[in-house]
Amino acid sequence: MSDATSHATTGAGTLSAVGHHDDHHGHHHGNFWTTYVFSTDHKVIAKQFLITGIIMAIIGIGMSTLFRLQLAFPDTSFAILEALLGKWAPDGKLDPNFYLSLVTMHGTFMVFFVLTAGLSGTFSNFLIPLQIGARDMASGFMNMLSYWFFFASSVIMVSSLFVETGPAGGGWTIYPPLSALPQAMPGSGMGMTLWLVAMTLFIASSLLGSINYITTVMNLRTQGMTFDRLPLTIWAFFLTAVIGVLSFPVLFSAALLLMFDRLLGTSFYLSDIFIGGELLHYQGGSPILFQHLFWFLGHPEVYIVLLPALGISSEVISVHARKPIFGYKAMIGSMVGIAFLSFIVWAHHMFVTGMNPFLGTVFMLFTLVIAVPSAIKAFNYITTLWKGNIRFTPPMLFAIGLVSLFITGGITGIFLGNAALDIPLHDTYFVTAHFHLVMGSASAFGLFAGVYHWFPKMFGRMMNKRLGYIHFWLTFTSLYLVFFPMHFMGLGGVARHYWSQSAFTFMEVFMPLQGFITIAAIIGFFGQFIFLYNFFSSIFIGKKASLNPWQANTLEWTTPRVPGHGNWPGDIPHVYRWPYDYSKPGVKEDYLPQHIPDAEIEYEEGFPKPATMPTPATPAQKPEVKEEAED
Amino acid sequence: MAEVAVDKKALIEGERPMLNASYGKLMMWFFLVSDAFTFSGLLIAYGALRVRAGSQGLAWADPEAVFTHTPLLYELFHIEAPLVFVGIMTFILILSSVTMVLAVEAGHRKSRKEVQKWVLLTILGGATFLSCQAYEWYHFIIGTHNGAVILTADELAGVNVGGAETAEGVAVFPVMSREEPGQPQEVLEVRMRNGIRITNPAVISRVNDIVSNPDQYHERFTDGGANMKANEYGPPAFANLFFFVTGFHGTHVFSGVVLLVILFLNVKKGTYEKRGHYEMTEKIGLYWHFVDLVWVFVFTFFYLV
Repeated sequence: MSDATSHATTGAGTLSAVGHHDDHHGHHHGNFWTTYVFSTDHKVIAKQFLITGIIMAIIGIGMSTLFRLQLAFPDTSFAILEALLGKWAPDGKLDPNFYLSLVTMHGTFMVFFVLTAGLSGTFSNFLIPLQIGARDMASGFMNMLSYWFFFASSVIMVSSLFVETGPAGGGWTIYPPLSALPQAMPGSGMGMTLWLVAMTLFIASSLLGSINYITTVMNLRTQGMTFDRLPLTIWAFFLTAVIGVLSFPVLFSAALLLMFDRLLGTSFYLSDIFIGGELLHYQGGSPILFQHLFWFLGHPEVYIVLLPALGISSEVISVHARKPIFGYKAMIGSMVGIAFLSFIVWAHHMFVTGMNPFLGTVFMLFTLVIAVPSAIKAFNYITTLWKGNIRFTPPMLFAIGLVSLFITGGITGIFLGNAALDIPLHDTYFVTAHFHLVMGSASAFGLFAGVYHWFPKMFGRMMNKRLGYIHFWLTFTSLYLVFFPMHFMGLGGVARHYWSQSAFTFMEVFMPLQGFITIAAIIGFFGQFIFLYNFFSSIFIGKKASLNPWQANTLEWTTPRVPGHGNWPGDIPHVYRWPYDYSKPGVKEDYLPQHIPDAEIEYEEGFPKPATMPTPATPAQKPEVKEEAED
Repeated sequence: MAEVAVDKKALIEGERPMLNASYGKLMMWFFLVSDAFTFSGLLIAYGALRVRAGSQGLAWADPEAVFTHTPLLYELFHIEAPLVFVGIMTFILILSSVTMVLAVEAGHRKSRKEVQKWVLLTILGGATFLSCQAYEWYHFIIGTHNGAVILTADELAGVNVGGAETAEGVAVFPVMSREEPGQPQEVLEVRMRNGIRITNPAVISRVNDIVSNPDQYHERFTDGGANMKANEYGPPAFANLFFFVTGFHGTHVFSGVVLLVILFLNVKKGTYEKRGHYEMTEKIGLYWHFVDLVWVFVFTFFYLV
């Protein structure tokens, strides 16, 4: 904090200096290290987040295919498992303990490292300054710090895969006592400690990032960029950051207490535990306390993951449907509503902890109320598409796919929000299907839509369209083939976190379905390599992008093809309208960018110009003078 | 600029800081909001564990019996004065908030000398508070002279003591039941210093005997104390929470003192003179007041209720 102001002074100096140069590669005396590694440029940091997120995603999704093999074919021996995992897969079959570790690490990687940092970190960093018209984040240094904390956290989390006892195995929710007692199981050992260390760093990274996003949106908007003219992406990132600032610290306190239990023998979460017939000294703690603290983060976390994706899809759908977003203010209102409600529903994850049924009813009520803003959003997406001049580009397909997944997965949320239904469905594949569709897949689709849409701004080149289509259809169909059948398995009572399901008759009948799901998952996994190839090859050999390839209204498309540090070579453009003036009657083009003054709008021939053309009047300047006098 | 002037909204909001605050100050505010949630998490944990101990019939530690030491008063005159010292500590911390306010005010007047003076006094206040906390922790850890009961090897026959025995026997802490009107408090469980619990009913009733007749068994009492696994004053949860929460707060005070020292050196160097404003004093001031405010809650939870 101490150098925040000093940085502002020096930062402003650098930025305005850059502003006067017409320099593509921006950074002043930048050498390789300060330009690409320890950069304070928000665009470079965004790319760093994206690439790190992609690496974590490959590991995370790869793990899921490994344990899917075990689930579908428990009696078959796979040479690849033994080759990859060594002693964790003796005779080519997954070790039960390591199965739990894989599930845990898959969840951790995907929820935190891919869909939180990878999604929010990439697009908040990339888009906030570009879309609000700022030269950079409020504090570029803190922004850089945020990435490097995240990087350190990723390195520690990945390194926990290689410790003797294996990575954490208590589930991504790390409930004690499994997470608190190092001797409980192999996955509770060193791997769990590293998990906690990594997450502590992750929280620091998230806090540094979020505070930066919030203050940047509040203080660094360009002239005319009022809050009711912000693109919905920015609204989404802003609210996501607010949720992050309020919820992650509670996980921080929970994690610190857990570390004390693990390392110093306190009993915050432990009581009356026997191991091997011997009574441990822990007494007086409550594992339910951990669940409350964890889910106070855990539930908002769902929206930290989902809101940026919803913001991205709002923007993408409006641009590619060539229509104003339907219900701009309703979209904002529903996001604010979701953000608020996300803090008062956490105990719906805990209906089976023996909670007072009255309390359960209260949480159930709030949970079901979330359906209202969510439905507003879903209907607004559909009505935006309605009679639009839709361009089925890859980003648009992913955004529409998001809406589909959001609705399918959201509806089962209403099932699970009911305490009476949740109790039998708890910890079954029904839950797995629900959150993978609505939170996992929908957010991943937001990520894809964002990457395809803003790739030209990130790298100055277009991604290959045809590969994009193949990627979309492979991903979309495989996701539904994987997760839709899981609903039926869940209703049939098949439990999550079971290493083998062949021991129970009622679960065994689903084994063929498990096989089907695994095959679909593997196809989906390999489909992602098309994206990877497309992404990395397009950086170098993609078609050069035009300045505004999607004919969008927002400010990022007024920058040079590859903007340097400082974003705009000259002055920052001013803003005269909201960002969704697409297909405005009478206007010549089917889009009307935010930075075009009213006087410069080109109208269709024969269309009467608005009677009240703005006239530069002197009285309008008065309020400014007056306000400053009050200051 | 003429076309901008037409745009009324631009006049009100465009590029002008919201709430008339610099981004640095906003960042500090959001950090403090976030930190407030961290402390809330901890204090909620305190509430939950205390209620849980109560529901199991255990007596929570009585702060008036725990925090009775005041420097000099205790060392020279052996007077025990409950909660006097923590009152002094709290007063010092609040005074340091006052000096911080004066530093910020002097910063508004750009009076370098005065900022220096008040920041230095604030540093002194913070450092004094930390030293007081060290004294407080020290006495909590070593405990009172008769906080533990010595059990002999015979009395502990068949109990695994995990290497806790000394030449005299094994020192144990009785955990008492909650005070109910008209009923004597009794020992509900017995715990050794290393945290191992003794559930043997014979041992518990023996300790109950000793505790309820202190005059008869005065030679059986020995030095008590508190650690992460056991404490002489009540359930171990009290010690766990006390160490963790006051420690976490103390870490905050320590960070504040470090920030203030940096501020002091910068003021001395004239950094803010060159910069033209003393906003850094305000930002660190915000943090300092927040830490003081948190102490009020921590103090209330651990010492008053």
